[in-house]
Order: sequence, then structure tokens, then C-alpha cells
Amino acid sequence: MTEAVKNAESSTAFGRRWTARTFGARWASQIGITFAFVLMWVAFISLAPTTFLHSPIYVSFAQTTPYFALPALLLTMVIVSGDIDLSFVSIYGLAMVGFVAVEKTNGNVGLAVLAAVLIGALAGLVNGVIVTGLGIPALVVTIGTQYLYRGLTLALVSGKSYALVEAQDSATYRLLDGRFLGIPMQFVWLVLVAVGTWLLLYRHRLGHNGHVIGDNRPAAELMGIPISRTRIWLFVFVGMVSALAGVMQSLQVSNFYPQIGNAYLLPALAAVFVGGTSVFGGRGTVWGTFIGAFMIGGIQAAIVAMGIEAYWIQVIYGGIILLAVSIHAVLLSRFER
Amino acid sequence: MQDDSATRGAGAGEQAVRQPRPAAPSATLRAMEPAEATGRGRVSVELRHIDKSFGGVQVLRDVNFTLRAGEVLGLLGDNGAGKSTLIKIVTGVHQPDSGQILFNGEEVRGLTVDRARALGVETVYQERALAEQLSLWRNIFMGRPRTRWLGFLDVRAMRKVTADLMGESMGFTSAVLTPDTHVTGLSGGERQGLAIVRALHFEADIIILDEPTMGLSLKESDKLLGFVEGIKAAGKSAIFIDHNIFHVYSVADRIVVLDRGRIAADFPTSRYTLEEVTGIMREVAASGRVSSSPSAVAPRMP
Repeated sequence: MTEAVKNAESSTAFGRRWTARTFGARWASQIGITFAFVLMWVAFISLAPTTFLHSPIYVSFAQTTPYFALPALLLTMVIVSGDIDLSFVSIYGLAMVGFVAVEKTNGNVGLAVLAAVLIGALAGLVNGVIVTGLGIPALVVTIGTQYLYRGLTLALVSGKSYALVEAQDSATYRLLDGRFLGIPMQFVWLVLVAVGTWLLLYRHRLGHNGHVIGDNRPAAELMGIPISRTRIWLFVFVGMVSALAGVMQSLQVSNFYPQIGNAYLLPALAAVFVGGTSVFGGRGTVWGTFIGAFMIGGIQAAIVAMGIEAYWIQVIYGGIILLAVSIHAVLLSRFER
Repeated sequence: MQDDSATRGAGAGEQAVRQPRPAAPSATLRAMEPAEATGRGRVSVELRHIDKSFGGVQVLRDVNFTLRAGEVLGLLGDNGAGKSTLIKIVTGVHQPDSGQILFNGEEVRGLTVDRARALGVETVYQERALAEQLSLWRNIFMGRPRTRWLGFLDVRAMRKVTADLMGESMGFTSAVLTPDTHVTGLSGGERQGLAIVRALHFEADIIILDEPTMGLSLKESDKLLGFVEGIKAAGKSAIFIDHNIFHVYSVADRIVVLDRGRIAADFPTSRYTLEEVTGIMREVAASGRVSSSPSAVAPRMP
């Protein structure tokens, strides 16, 4: 090893050389999705200028998109590692039960957020331990825990909603849902989590191992990669950000209702796949998911603003998702082989 | 780096394939004698009474096995004979149900892949242990990334090492290939090179080659056999697993034959002609039990 290091130091032969092909192979997917996003937005602006040239719509995007974009980011890592988590939508509610319990008993909002995040982590841990310990595919396990967590939430609060008006005055509220230089804090958190996810996925041992696990599981086993530990951590992270998203949304609307998060399953998954992450694992980008989330978030508002009948929303959703996924497939076949 | 000399030794390997080597060197005879802790003859790995079963199916039964320093051991056996399982026990992927594993005379309990690596065991699993969609540097450092603090990667150092290995050891000169190229962009031979260099970069004493010639062209196979000769020349030991008797015979000092989870034969290559080895193999395949001990093979000596 030391000898190799010396060799490495003495030789300067091999820099990083960019050719059209190496550049394309590395960035095609991310350039593709960015280009598609810009095109889509130009279309929105030209078809509904009154809406898309004024700030209120952007403030609204910055507040509401993170609610499903946050788990989508960490979900990207889970999918890159060859797993899936469908239970995250139920973790919003389960974590909020912990929040409400702490907040209503001692009034400390910060402590309540901690409780929620802890419950999210525990829920993720349960997913990870069942998936790795019993060797059941994550798809099946998390369908089960999605029902389990949602059911627990409903049972624990007897199906009731809780008003959270008093929490609006807390510093924690301003930290999670306030404004920073006019930018909604939800968006600031989304950017922070995106940077953190990028670091974990590309610049940390966890992502390094996760990539191998998703690409070639038998190889990961032969090379001594701690497969179970890596996968469990990723489930825990999804649980934690889902809890955070649940708290943010509940505080924003000053209300906790047990069905919170239910509507986010497909938007979050769509954001991940529109962003170019492979269903088969081993490949995915944080930037793609980030952009994908805003594409998904933008479509509904745009359709309403353009005056198209609401019945068409799902048709347009479907069309755009299929188009984005097709573009990725074409780019991949062009540059990868 | 030793892999350099390995690839240059390709010519020798090529010759060895064509003609059986003359019986002579005393180095191989020593393999039959009891362990003497002297120089190259030192036992580096020993398995004692290893049993292993998966889901009620006994894959290995009372396997006893030694590998000496500076020795190339050929492991032969039919599909399902237990070759891969035996190897995975030495590399720490599987743990035996009972029996002992000794490295340099000391028993190691609860062997893991990391522990085996620390003890100097490296395995060339060929293409099937490469991650296709990942870059070359991520493949070289698969399972043991270089990190700075809190598990964050030292990407620059890993790219640099990979670039140097590509230039010096793998002989990749194409400008299209960079440390960031994905494995999908490599040819079969280039992937082979990557898998071998990965094992050799991390100073190994015991190199295990699992079915290394599978799917290789004739020329690539010869190059690989030359590489195995290079391991021996560097005073390291190797276990060479293959279906192909001709390949194993040409490089191995000693051949161990596994049959249905038992050691069916264990003999030094130099005492037998290729025809005799083929005969032993045929006998083992036909009856298994007849040659179930090395002594049963011994009378066949010329």
C-alpha cells in the first residue's frame, strides 16, 4: 500500500481528461433533467404569465414542495442502495403523535420536534431491521409498516385532529416555517438536507457502500461491505426527514391531522424517478430529485393557472413523468455503452 | 508493485500451458512432508476438520487443508463439489459450522472478510465482483474507501491512485478512460485487469483466484496464467480454482481435488503427468470414494 502511494505521488501522468463522451457519461442525466425543467417552466410562463411572473407562486412552491421533497431526497439514497421505502408517508403522522404528546404536556416545542424526529428514526430502524434481519424485500415490508404506522397513529389519537396554534409563537416555529431574508425556511431546510444528502451519497463511506450494494449485492458481500448496517442507516434517515417534514407541515397549518402525509407517496416517488434515479439501484442523483420535486410540484399549480380543466391534471402528470423517464433512458443508452 | 512483473511473465505461462513441466524441483516434494516452519515451506493457512452446511445440505465434510507460503495450489472439483464454499471460508465470507482456521499457525475465530484481508488474503473474483454502473476508482476502493474524518471520503487520493494503477499496472492508455469512467465502458479484458489490480494493490500474501479463466479468450488466459507464475516468483501463495485441468496443471505446485464436499485427493503436481492427473480426476468423478484419501492416490506414482 505504501509503495503504491509513493508511486501515486511520483507520477503525474493521469489527469482528468474531458472529452464529449466522458462528459456526457458523467453529466447527461443531470443536464437532461435541468433542461427539461427549464423548458417546462418557460412553457408555464408563456401560458400563464400573470401567475408565473409574480412572486406569490414561488413562495408557495418554496413552502409546500419541501414537504415531499425532503423524504424524496433520502429516498433517492435508499433506492440507489437497491431498497425502497413506501412507509415514509405514515411516519409523518406517527412522529407527530410524539410531537403532540410532548408539546401538550410540557409546552416545549423544541423538545417536541426532537421527540418527533426520534420516533421517525425508530420507525426507520424497524423498517431496516425487518428488511435486513429477515431478508424480506423492502417493498413488501414497507407496505406492511405503512399500514402499521398509519394504524398506530389513528389508534393513538383516536382519529382526532389537534390544533397547534400556541406553537406559532415559538422560536422553533420560526426556525422551521419562518422566513430567512424573505425565503421560506422550508426551502432553506430543503437545500441544507439536499447538500447533506449529496455529501452522504457521493462523499461519504455510507453512500460509497450503498452504491455498491445497489449495483451488485453479491459483490458487496464478497468485498466485505457492511450491507445490513448501511441499509438500516438509510431507512433511519428517511424516517428522520419524514418526521421533520411532518412537523413542518403541521406547524405551518397549525393543525395535526392523522392522515397527514398520505398524499405524498406518489409525488415523492415520481420526483425520484423523474430525476433519473434507477429503479434497479446503483445509480441516482440528488440534483435530479431536487429538480424533479419542483417539476412535480409545479405541474398542478400550472395546470390550474393555465385554466385547463382539473380533470386533465393526472393525464398531464402521467405524460410528463413518462416523458422524463424516457429521456433518461435514451440518454443512458447513448452515453453509457 | 508485483503485478507488473506478473503481466510481463505472460510468455512463461504460455509455454507452460502447451507442454507439461518436467518432474523435478524439490520445492514441490516438500509439500508432502509434515509442516516444517522453514522459509517458503511455512504453512500460511490451515483448515482443520471444517464442516459446513446450508439449509440442511452438507456442503463440506471434515475438510483438512493446508496452504504453504510460496505455493500455488490448484483446487479442482466438479460443480457443487464445494470449491466456492471452501474459498469463502478462507476469505471470511462464510463461517464454518465446526472446525478450526489457522493463519500462520494461530487459530482465528469468527473470521470476517475484513479480518481475512488484514491477514493478507485477497481474492480475484473477476467481473462478478465489479459494480458496473460505478466509476473505476469506486471499484478499486470497493469495501475499503480511504477516508479522512467521520467517514468522509478522500476522493482526490483515490482518483490519483486509480489513475496511476491504470497507467502502470492495467496498461490502460486510452484517453477516453479516466478514473471516473464507469465499468460499463470497459472491455472484458480491461475488466479482468481491473479485478486483478484491485486485489494486488492491497499488499496480499495469499491470493485466491476464483475461476479466473472463465469466459476468457485463449490469449487472455495465457496472460492470466503468467500472472499466477508471477505471484509464486514474488514468494506469495495462491489458490487457483478452475474447471480446466490444463490450466491448473500448468501453474499449480499441488492439486487438491474436492468431491461432494470431501477432499478426494491431494498430491504434488510434479510427480504426475497431465495424463495421470486427468485419470485421477476421471476416477474421482466416476467413483468419488475410491480415491477418498491422498494415500489412495499415492500408489499411482510412477
